Amino acid sequence: MILTAKGITQSFGEAPNQTYALRDVSFAVDFGEMLYIVGPSGSGKTTLLSIISGILRPDGGDVVVKGTDIWKLDSDALAGFRLQTIGFVFQDYHLFPRLTTLENVAIPLILRREPWDRSLAEARKTLQIVGLAEKESLPPYKLSGGEQQRVSIARAIVAQPDLLIFDEPTASLDGDTGRKIIAFVKEHILNAQRAIIIVTHDSRIYEYATRIIRMEDGRIVPGTGVDHEK
Amino acid sequence: MNGLLRIALKLLLNDKGKFATLVIGITLSVFLMMQMTSMFSGILYQSASNIVNVGARMWVMDPAVQTPQNSIPMPNYVLDAVRSIPGVKFAVPFYVGAGLVRLNDGTYQSATIIGLDDASLFGRPAIISGRITDIYQNNAFIMVKDANYAKLGSPKIGTSFEINDHRAVVVALAHTPVPGLFGLPTLYTTYNRATQDLPSTRYLISYILVQPKSTQDIAAIQQQVKRLGYLALTDQQFINRNDRFYEFQTGMGTNILIMTLISFLVGLSIAGETFYMFVLDNLEHFGALKAIGAKSGELIQMIVFQSLVVGFLGFGFGVLLSSTMIAIAKLKIANYAAMVTYENLFMALIMVLIISVFSSYIGIRKVIRIDPFDVFRG
Repeated sequence: MILTAKGITQSFGEAPNQTYALRDVSFAVDFGEMLYIVGPSGSGKTTLLSIISGILRPDGGDVVVKGTDIWKLDSDALAGFRLQTIGFVFQDYHLFPRLTTLENVAIPLILRREPWDRSLAEARKTLQIVGLAEKESLPPYKLSGGEQQRVSIARAIVAQPDLLIFDEPTASLDGDTGRKIIAFVKEHILNAQRAIIIVTHDSRIYEYATRIIRMEDGRIVPGTGVDHEK
Repeated sequence: MNGLLRIALKLLLNDKGKFATLVIGITLSVFLMMQMTSMFSGILYQSASNIVNVGARMWVMDPAVQTPQNSIPMPNYVLDAVRSIPGVKFAVPFYVGAGLVRLNDGTYQSATIIGLDDASLFGRPAIISGRITDIYQNNAFIMVKDANYAKLGSPKIGTSFEINDHRAVVVALAHTPVPGLFGLPTLYTTYNRATQDLPSTRYLISYILVQPKSTQDIAAIQQQVKRLGYLALTDQQFINRNDRFYEFQTGMGTNILIMTLISFLVGLSIAGETFYMFVLDNLEHFGALKAIGAKSGELIQMIVFQSLVVGFLGFGFGVLLSSTMIAIAKLKIANYAAMVTYENLFMALIMVLIISVFSSYIGIRKVIRIDPFDVFRG
């Protein structure tokens, strides 16, 4: 298993206005999986994604990624762990408009203190993988939405992370482009040494999932690809 | 340069509008601060011109004297008393006063008259034309050839005019290192002629110039002079006394300080607000960097670096601009009193560093507080 989450509980606010975003959520992800977490707005998908990727500390429960109980790490160690192990694709891409496409892709390597030239060389190779080699010197705002998403994917994979987290990857794309992107991810990015977790409510891309977890009211709907007894 | 700082620099430089606003804001602030303080330094320096030009190690004066221009005459016995103090190598009388020069065309011009000790001519200027010994001729005056030389009709050697209704003949032209502050021509003559020709009070000696035998004797001489009821200062102490007078008793220092603070606040507000906007523009991206794995310390490093870059660039351009303006003004205005000093530069640098620290602080506060979870929440 690359990731195991057990008994995740999360609430926001103080009593009596306290609301539970997650209630005792448990699941596991194996290498080679492309797991979808789906559900309506407010069901807890994004909160769960934040907790399993080491961004939001849960009220209760454990998250073990590659054998490390991530919420036992201090904040700097956790940031380092995210940098080494997890690649992120954000819903709004969050590419720096003042940097070139190539420099945007190189950021995780630069954060890892890799030499500048080597980081750019790796970023260039990764841009070739996502088919944007010829756009490397352009700023992201000169690219289409689909191209920006591919740059975002290139940034997520450039440092060869074991776990990729996609947050609503098709939300800003038209249906055709969204499907093409996800098909590309499944074909070229997913492999046996890596797992991909995608949070989405875009049913048009469900066909590419290897497994789907459905969430409602902060709980995983039984029988949707998760063993609740684990 | 490490990669993160390189990214920080690119983020800064590629936001051309904000970058230009930041640099121009700090440049203007530094320019104004430098201009104010340089002007004041120039005024202080030129107001002490007599002290520098004469070059005496110690000056004896009435305790009420604050500046070299406003002497209070002392009786002759003080000179004898000072000469008898152990540790005094020699002491000579010195006269500074104002004379009214009537030019040959009938016009009048005020001038500073300096009377040098007849025997030693101690404190004499560097002669550039003529001979110093000609000062002993009848009615002889030595004219300082500076920016105010033309005010007496640019006299040549042999030119004569009247000073306080006494005939005066220019016998030599001289040069002094520091021009006076008040734009008056300067004429040197002997102490005796100066005190005879110019209307005076009962006492005649403006200052007594003292050369101590050694530096160790200075304190004892000062004590002895104090017992006589007078004040003995080293040249530097006299300059400091003059500086304090202009700084605290004329209102000039306060006005310059207020203007400098206003200039600082202008820079602080422009740079602070623009840098804050710059950080706000990049805030969500900083949040994304945090999510990816950047530590808060690394983001702080980037922001501090950016603010220091604009700070130092603004400082450099500001100093360059103010130095150029002062240089041009000195070419066009003869007695322009402004000088860039290391103290002014250091003060402006400290102000710029405060601006940079303040600007980065408000940016850092935002970046530290951003929660990467917000990136997911949109």
